Amino acid sequence: MKPFRANLLVCAGTGCVSNRSFKVKLALEQEIRRCKLEDEVLVVATGCQGFCERGPIVVHWPDGIFYQKVTEEEIPKLVAEHLLKGRPYKELMYTPGEAEAPIPKLTDIDFFKYQRLIVLRNRGIIDPEVIDDYIANDGYTALHKALTEMTPEGVIDEITMSGLRGRGGAGFLTGLKWGVCSKAKDPRKFIVCNADEGDPGAFMDRSVLEADPHAVIEGMAIGAYAIGAQTGYVYVRDEYPLACERIAKAIKQSEDYGLLGSRIFDTNFSFVIKVVRGAGAFVCGEETALMASIEGRMGKPRQRPPFPAQKGLWGHPTNINNVETWANVPIIIMRGADWYASIGTEKSKGTKIFSLVGKVNNTGLVEVPMGISLNKLVYDIGGGIIGGKGLKAVQTGGPSGGMIPKELMDLPVDYEKLAEAGSIMGSGGLIVMDETDCMVDIAKYFLAFTTDESCGKCTPCRVGTKALWNILDDITKGRGKKGDIELLEEIAVNVKNLSLCGLGQTAPNPILTMIRHFKVELEAHINERKCPAYVCKELIDYYIDPAKCKACMICLRKCPVDAITGGKNQIHVIDQEKCTNCGTCFEVCPSRFGAVRRLSGEPVPPPVPQEARIPVRESR
Amino acid sequence: MSEILLQIDGREVKATEEMTILNAARSVGISIPTLCYHEALTPYGACRLCIVEIISGGRKKLAASCVYPVEQGLQVITNSPDLQKARKATMEFLLARSPDSAYLRDRAKREFGITAPRFVLAPEDRSDCILCGLCVRACAEIVGISAIDFVLRGIKSQVEPPFLKGSDVCIGCGTCVAMCPTGYIKVEHISRIAVTHEFPKIGTENISEHAVKCKVCAAFHLGPTYPKDYNRLFAGIE
Amino acid sequence: MSIEVVDRVLEKYSFDKSSLIGMLQDIQRELKWLPEEVLRMVSWRLDVPLTQLYALGSFYKAFSLKPRGRHLVNVCLGTACHVRGGAALEQALEKQLKILPGETTADDRFTMEVVRCVGCCGLAPVIVIDENFHGKIAPADAVKALENYK
Repeated sequence: MKPFRANLLVCAGTGCVSNRSFKVKLALEQEIRRCKLEDEVLVVATGCQGFCERGPIVVHWPDGIFYQKVTEEEIPKLVAEHLLKGRPYKELMYTPGEAEAPIPKLTDIDFFKYQRLIVLRNRGIIDPEVIDDYIANDGYTALHKALTEMTPEGVIDEITMSGLRGRGGAGFLTGLKWGVCSKAKDPRKFIVCNADEGDPGAFMDRSVLEADPHAVIEGMAIGAYAIGAQTGYVYVRDEYPLACERIAKAIKQSEDYGLLGSRIFDTNFSFVIKVVRGAGAFVCGEETALMASIEGRMGKPRQRPPFPAQKGLWGHPTNINNVETWANVPIIIMRGADWYASIGTEKSKGTKIFSLVGKVNNTGLVEVPMGISLNKLVYDIGGGIIGGKGLKAVQTGGPSGGMIPKELMDLPVDYEKLAEAGSIMGSGGLIVMDETDCMVDIAKYFLAFTTDESCGKCTPCRVGTKALWNILDDITKGRGKKGDIELLEEIAVNVKNLSLCGLGQTAPNPILTMIRHFKVELEAHINERKCPAYVCKELIDYYIDPAKCKACMICLRKCPVDAITGGKNQIHVIDQEKCTNCGTCFEVCPSRFGAVRRLSGEPVPPPVPQEARIPVRESR
Repeated sequence: MSEILLQIDGREVKATEEMTILNAARSVGISIPTLCYHEALTPYGACRLCIVEIISGGRKKLAASCVYPVEQGLQVITNSPDLQKARKATMEFLLARSPDSAYLRDRAKREFGITAPRFVLAPEDRSDCILCGLCVRACAEIVGISAIDFVLRGIKSQVEPPFLKGSDVCIGCGTCVAMCPTGYIKVEHISRIAVTHEFPKIGTENISEHAVKCKVCAAFHLGPTYPKDYNRLFAGIE
Repeated sequence: MSIEVVDRVLEKYSFDKSSLIGMLQDIQRELKWLPEEVLRMVSWRLDVPLTQLYALGSFYKAFSLKPRGRHLVNVCLGTACHVRGGAALEQALEKQLKILPGETTADDRFTMEVVRCVGCCGLAPVIVIDENFHGKIAPADAVKALENYK
């Protein structure tokens, strides 16, 4: 087989697919056929490249040129320039913010430069639906090594010494967890891959499953060997149809190749994996609820002990790990615990995948060594805040986590340091917020989420989260009162201590960190009826500055409730009684006038008398 | 079954493998408040009133005693100022959910000194049903029919027959009524069959006084008259 | 015919009761919702109390016990989408379709639901219509996108 002289790697993760990347792929293939290059250039659909903000993405290999925002219209030029004439096509290259020249090579781009791809080592360079690609890149050699050269105890030791900690959020030492399950006396054991990824704002697990499903399969097989399990389940949340499809396909291909099933690599080890789909319940990310769901029951957690490792699925010992945890296993076995432990911090080894989203320029998926600072993540990799606004906070850990204020941006990201700041690592969602985000609104948002997702079994969570939301709702609508902060704190602590499972135990965290780091903002809402970020609608008044209004009539016409009076030469005035705070006038007032002001926490000036409503015009 | 030795309130207690901390405590006369627990049913661990302090590895944690399996060498504290505070907070959440329940108000005042919760839930979030699940478990485990279950989730959870209309499988035995601590559940809500007899009002009465041994299966059924109807309708026994 | 769908799905899962949730999902994918007669059929065929099936159907968001329109519009209100204008998207769609989340338009064309995270956070805000993801979408464009779905 003659090797291709070039590969065009088209990102086909859900994000880029939604952005027409499959159409781009087809157009590329058509153009290549038209130019009679199909024997020389191969177009490959790969998993998520991570730089979602710039999709659709096409990478030229071996030149390493990074093309972004590729459209079907530009493909003929791209093919003509780069593939026929050998001149990389500048127009589709990436040019950062204020730079003058584009950066051709992927490895030179800041977004990628600072990353270290271990879990995502195959991202963007293999076709996840072709098992041969994975195998060609040392795939399944770790499983072979484990089965033929190592004992189950040896595998567990290696994973323990590597310092790998559960990437689902709890951060428990994986090797120790495996050890407990392997020691259980029951011969029938299960392992589970938790791909429920319910944290809103997080898509690491989805990307791993879509980019490199075999890394997860291989990791699970190694784990099953170490623990003594015969069956594995991958529990994928319902909202991820493409990830589900890819892992199911990969499992089938592994079975066809004898890498799953009976007597793998001619040893006594047999292992099968089944895929189970979630059905829209965040609580099913919790281990006992997840198992209930696999068993066909409602996803209601139960108290632990007994732990899943002692009594899990159908009463048998079960080891549950997150997608990212499993995907780390093959490379640790291949390159050794010492190598892995050389990356990261003292207690947090290895790398972590983060979804860097929110108000940054470069939103996407990044894998970085543990211990990298938030500053580097937001500014060097993330390219800073969009629109040049000011950073306010970074939210980590999803609904179980908290807000890290801008003062703590030098924080190295690892399990311990985030916990010290009052938050948690969680599954890896990093939501960047700027001065236009209100922390009280964000806390309320998270409580709306947990109230909705609470299973309802235990009273503290079911009632407590709603009670907390009620108080926050009142505060954001100007009905806050003295004593609210103390009551919020007390209820929050009670919900934390009394709830049955992790959902309830961590649901109050956004409120607690908001009180800890943003108390001034919270007090402003309560004491002054003021929202400094101008987010909480009921606390904002709109006022047209008579000195700036040029009576252009735009806001008057656009007001949905006809609350503005005025005319062509009459300054516009908002009737505060009729105003619904929709903000339309603020948005439509031409920026050169900027006459509409938002007021919060201050009284609205009374309207100017009728005679004085003459617009100030500049003399020519 | 192997014997397990644990420590409860400083006392050494002997237990067997299958017991929970609550079983073990009660076996030596230590009382722990409960709400969603009944000895005839699988424990549920939801009301959180039976929480105790577990000392393990130098650290203290709170856990529901009705579902915590006994372990060799476990150290448990069933009463302390912290625990009283915690149970009081639990009762406050329960009362916020069911402020009109005479049963709950009585217990809240008598056992914890609470007359009213400090926060009020919206009317649609309140109900005399405290979602303890005793009726659901009784119908499933004692009667074996499963005519009712929890539907929806979170604050919207309720106990209903399927499709929120008359159940075709309810036999009107009233076991659920006898189990219900607040008197919320009514057979008329659940069953399609005509209900002809009187059901006793369960308020603050001790429901185990109503327990009657079934002539058919010798298990405990609750409610004085219903097992007779059940026996007559289904087993032909008078 | 619903009974054929039920039989086919139950057959596919070998009548294994623990695969209940998977079965209900497959059935719903074909019928677009879970009607009462269908749940009764499953209950009878699988020997599982109807109560349990109804409870599952009402607990999990993926299931609908009410008829759904021809097209499903899912507005993502995950955290990234929330800070990038998800609420404005939701309002624009509510205004256009004249329904609230969970409801179906009078002509049975659209059902709107809110979902919290479809995992496309890098392209916030996102809506999903049927199986199609639309990222970085402005309210006006979202409204326009609806025209493609009859």
